[in-house]
Amino acid sequence: MDRQTNVLEYLDRIVEECPDKACYANESEIMTFRQVYQEARAIGTFLAEQDLYQKPIVVFMKKHPRTIVAFLGTVYSGNYYVPIDEEIPTYRIEMIFQTLQSEAVICDQSTIDSLSALGYQGRIFIYDQMVKTKPQPDRLRQIRDRAIDTDPIYIVFTSGSTGVPKGVVACHRSVIDYIESFSEVMKFSRDTIFGIQVPLYVDACLKEIFPTLKYGATAIIIPKELFMFPLKLVEFLNQHRINTICWVVPALTLISGLGVFEKVVPQYLHTIAAGSEVFPMKQFMLWQKTLPDARFINLYGPTEATGMSCWYEADRLFEIDDVLPIGRPFRNTQIMLLDDQDRPAKPGEPGEICIRGTSLTMGYYKDFDKTNECFVQNPLNTGYPELIYRTGDIGRYNEKGELLFVSRKDYQIKHMGHRIELGEIEMVVNKMTGILQCCAIFDDQRKKIILYYVGTPDRAQVVQYCKQKLPRYMIPNLVEALDVMPLTNNGKINRLLLKEKYLNRKRS
Amino acid sequence: MEALLEILEELHPEIDFLTHEKLIDDKILDSFDIITLITEISEEYDVRIPVDEIAPQNFNSAQALYALIQRLLD
Repeated sequence: MDRQTNVLEYLDRIVEECPDKACYANESEIMTFRQVYQEARAIGTFLAEQDLYQKPIVVFMKKHPRTIVAFLGTVYSGNYYVPIDEEIPTYRIEMIFQTLQSEAVICDQSTIDSLSALGYQGRIFIYDQMVKTKPQPDRLRQIRDRAIDTDPIYIVFTSGSTGVPKGVVACHRSVIDYIESFSEVMKFSRDTIFGIQVPLYVDACLKEIFPTLKYGATAIIIPKELFMFPLKLVEFLNQHRINTICWVVPALTLISGLGVFEKVVPQYLHTIAAGSEVFPMKQFMLWQKTLPDARFINLYGPTEATGMSCWYEADRLFEIDDVLPIGRPFRNTQIMLLDDQDRPAKPGEPGEICIRGTSLTMGYYKDFDKTNECFVQNPLNTGYPELIYRTGDIGRYNEKGELLFVSRKDYQIKHMGHRIELGEIEMVVNKMTGILQCCAIFDDQRKKIILYYVGTPDRAQVVQYCKQKLPRYMIPNLVEALDVMPLTNNGKINRLLLKEKYLNRKRS
Repeated sequence: MEALLEILEELHPEIDFLTHEKLIDDKILDSFDIITLITEISEEYDVRIPVDEIAPQNFNSAQALYALIQRLLD
């Protein structure tokens, strides 16, 4: 078999094998592999005819199968896609546009008005018009022949502690490496039916998008509203015979935690992968008890290493005090634990999780300083240049040799499946008129972001402001005004004291 | 009712929960809020909302939600 150097080879190959099978779908529409192939190549041809090449193309569409086709079409044209969504607040989208200086945006009827409101100056293409283009195989062939596997495919933006989102650039090679290793563990097949929960504007959706093309599987986008009403959600899984889910932990605990299993059980689910944050053991045990024959895989990994880096398949029963390991790295990825002197951590001792391998992404778009801070020379290699990615997460090995996630080094948190820098929340709130000081803390137990501030606006105004400026998952769950901010001896905000204050405040 | 209003107000200080009757239909509440509400209500009133009651009609207004809590308490 030929060595694969381009993610589109998955699609080129599978469309020959099962053109009429359902590829991407939602609750009401199905796109076959043939449709996906034809529309993606029409989009690719259209962009090529616009003389756009090796440029970031923003895809601003609602969560829909065609959005994925727009991604693939962008790659066919030799450009790379930058997914954004209406869930991202205007303020943040504007910063993303500023960083990108993008020349072109693909949108649909539902987003075109929001786009015009942004004051964006570049070209705007509408999906429905683009797909009318007749695909030009020669042109697409030429683009493919020039492509190499270190060319980018996408940029996804993640929270930055300075308040400016960071754009992580990933190329064909790291995505192929990830998809191959990940699929091997997950044992996908043509019978796999995915239920997509994650947003399409994060790297998490790679888990469904590309294995679907690799195996000729089917991926169904689950309507967002169903994640409010968990009974309907499980009914949807059963109705569509969904057998494989790769969800963020809060979406899984929504089902187990609210007692859905007493009423209805997912009938077809046999493979469940959870990522994004620590799985509360009580909830995990409920899942395991309800679906004893299903495979449960716990995932761990940063966007900077193309999605997921480590996996653990639950092969034993757990006690309530146990911690679900993150296990071991995927094939062709290596994890190093480094202590604060950059030496390998002693067995059983904690160290910073650092990642080596092809799965490393290229770095942050137009931010060489930040890139050089996080993607650094392997300190254990003094012989030749070799990059590792420092995650900022602390891990350690248990006595079974399984990797455990311990904590974060800094103020980054995982909340509702998203990665958040508390500093970004503070940066945004500090810009509000009348705010003198603020501090965001996180209640790990109850999964709440708490914002303390000193200033003239009242709580409602602060909440209102946050809603305008921050993505939904970053809006503080509780906002409290203070007369003075407690400080430490060296003049920094005393986070520990605030945390205590918060804990004492709770109704006993 | 007061405790419930307080919980709701903590989530969305900008909404007048005494009069609003389309909290779900108007997309005021989202899945984050629903989960928070369920947890807070169970702590405050010591009731467990059965999963088949987690439905749009019970969350569209503070009144409806309060009626549900009362029903569960009886």
